[in-house]
Amino acid sequence: MLRFITRRGALSVLIVVLAVSLLFGMIHMLPGDPASVILGPRATPALRAELNERMGLDRPFIVQLGRFLGNVATGDLGEDPFSRRKVADIVLEQLPFTLTLVFAAIAGATLLGVPLGCYSAIRRGSWLDRLAALLSVAFIAVPSFVVALYALMFFSVQLRWFPAIGAGDSGDLADQARHLVLPAIALGLGWIGYIARLVRASMLEVLEENHVRTARAFGLPERVIIGRYALRIAILPTVTILGLGIGTMLSGALFAEIVFSRPGIGKLLYESVMTRNYPVVMGSVLVTTVFFVACTLASDIVNALLDPRLRESEGR
Amino acid sequence: MSDLPDTNVLEVDNLSVSYSTEGGELKALRDVSLDVPRGDIVGIVGESGCGKSTLISAIIGLLAPNARPASGAIRFRGEDLLGVNDDKMRALRGDEIAMVFQDPMTSLNPVLTIGRQMRDIQYRLPDSKAEKNARSIRMLQRVGIPDPESRLHDHPHQLSGGMKQRVAIAMALMMKPALLIADEPTTALDATLEVQIIHQLKRLQEDIGCSILFISHHLGVIAELCDRVAVMYAGEVVESGTVREIFHAPEHPYTRMLLACDPGAISERTRVLPIIRGFLPDLVDLPRGCVFRDRCDSAIEACSDKPPLQVRGADRLVACHRAGETP
Ligand SMILES: Nc1ncnc2c1ncn2[C@@H]1O[C@H](COP(=O)(O)OP(=O)(O)O)[C@@H](O)[C@H]1O
Ligand SMILES: [Mg+2]
Repeated sequence: MLRFITRRGALSVLIVVLAVSLLFGMIHMLPGDPASVILGPRATPALRAELNERMGLDRPFIVQLGRFLGNVATGDLGEDPFSRRKVADIVLEQLPFTLTLVFAAIAGATLLGVPLGCYSAIRRGSWLDRLAALLSVAFIAVPSFVVALYALMFFSVQLRWFPAIGAGDSGDLADQARHLVLPAIALGLGWIGYIARLVRASMLEVLEENHVRTARAFGLPERVIIGRYALRIAILPTVTILGLGIGTMLSGALFAEIVFSRPGIGKLLYESVMTRNYPVVMGSVLVTTVFFVACTLASDIVNALLDPRLRESEGR
Repeated sequence: MSDLPDTNVLEVDNLSVSYSTEGGELKALRDVSLDVPRGDIVGIVGESGCGKSTLISAIIGLLAPNARPASGAIRFRGEDLLGVNDDKMRALRGDEIAMVFQDPMTSLNPVLTIGRQMRDIQYRLPDSKAEKNARSIRMLQRVGIPDPESRLHDHPHQLSGGMKQRVAIAMALMMKPALLIADEPTTALDATLEVQIIHQLKRLQEDIGCSILFISHHLGVIAELCDRVAVMYAGEVVESGTVREIFHAPEHPYTRMLLACDPGAISERTRVLPIIRGFLPDLVDLPRGCVFRDRCDSAIEACSDKPPLQVRGADRLVACHRAGETP
């Protein structure tokens, strides 16, 4: 198992390095030079040259990249040229808001989607199964920013059940939770149906397998057969999809954060793109990438914990 | 249990089972009758598709969802299982009636340890986890698994096919069932392993004192293990009796053909199924008369009428118009 984790971990680091280099290259190739953004259009060539030299922008690309990666490895993401604050600090300040939102959405969608999928598989063709199928397709098809807008208009503006804006007072957990509800629903709603469909399909497959027949032949209670013997196998594809899906969710979080005017990486990214604040753009994307890769790694590890055959085949 | 000394543990009486299929009603079992006396090992032989698995699924109450309600009776210790509710049936399964399935590679749960699975089937007992593990270890020892304690931590894929089937047997016998049903338990194993496991099974059966219903298409195994045998063809029992009688003086032409293909020596087994010319009849649209008529060398005019089961000798039954004629 340790071996499995080290191998997958090393692969993840490699992926992050590649992704970051790619991103660095892309920003490097963007038209417009950072010095004129920072100094304004009326800066003298001499001033620009000085800034370029200070920021190392006059060096060859590969040297710049090497230096950037070296800095990142030590946790230095550069400096926000406007506020002169450390990019790492700015990004880490916003990260918890996004993480809370994404995990609340995932947790909610899983807690509802998995039992719904199991039920649909056991009672295949029942009215609840059909309704779930219909709603799932409907909710999967609707983008999360649309859900966000409607949720905002209906639940906050009309019914006034939930606050519309912000993340709540710091220190007041109940208030923060109330602020979390709508964005999390907006983000997670489509996932409930998606997870339910996935679980249903793999559950139906697993229930046909011989070992389930064995468990039944030993008279095990149906809830043990479904919940332990079958679900543990049926959940594997869902875990993989969730690991990858968190990436999609991050882009959903961007919209949710803008619509609900909620702090977070998405909003930070949006604002820094608008102001061409490249170091902060770079830093937020980098942290998002690391988070995404970490999530896929985590889902691989969870799968290996659940299924000994996976550990075996890769651990050797 | 000693209150019913000479009775049958299991009596199957005129059992018929059909499946709903796209082509129509597939009559998988028709008027099958079969007794399993207490303490005996009863074999069922027949080609694939003759309804062996359907028969045992009906006995343990786990027929496929597209099966129609079975007719007839399946009496387990006198109680008709076709009449009991799901909970009662589930209470019997694994406790009084246990199963070993054909394919050891897929019949154990791949993601749970052997120990976990063996503990789980003892869920009816109030014992602690340690006591349940201890019982599992004793049982694994009895089926000849070396170092049983560490096997508890293994997952099925870490064991060989033979070991897995021993584990399956240990699991089935752990609750000391009155009846063990084994559906071709050794078909997937090689011949030497098969012999070992058969002998082990026989020893355990004597120790535990259970009855066994043993399904196989390998006559050698039946000859070695069983006291009685029923020969099935296309959903019917065509001949039944003691292993001695059937193997030494088969009366049904189908039994004779099976024996001609596979002389029944367990060591020199033919890996392939017995091959008999012709095909199984269509179970959706059954021919009139004897089901075996189309493939029979000695068919006569009378065979266009269905032959009744005739009692021949002590308790041998044969469904053939020509039974008793000297061949
Ligand atoms: N669920 C099912 N639906 C339709 N037909 C079935 C089903 N299960 C078995 N059968 C048919 O019933 C007959 C008996 O099958 P089975 O009991 O599996 O025989 P065996 O175990 O002797 O090979 C075969 O013709 C098979 O195709
Ligand atoms: Mg079969």
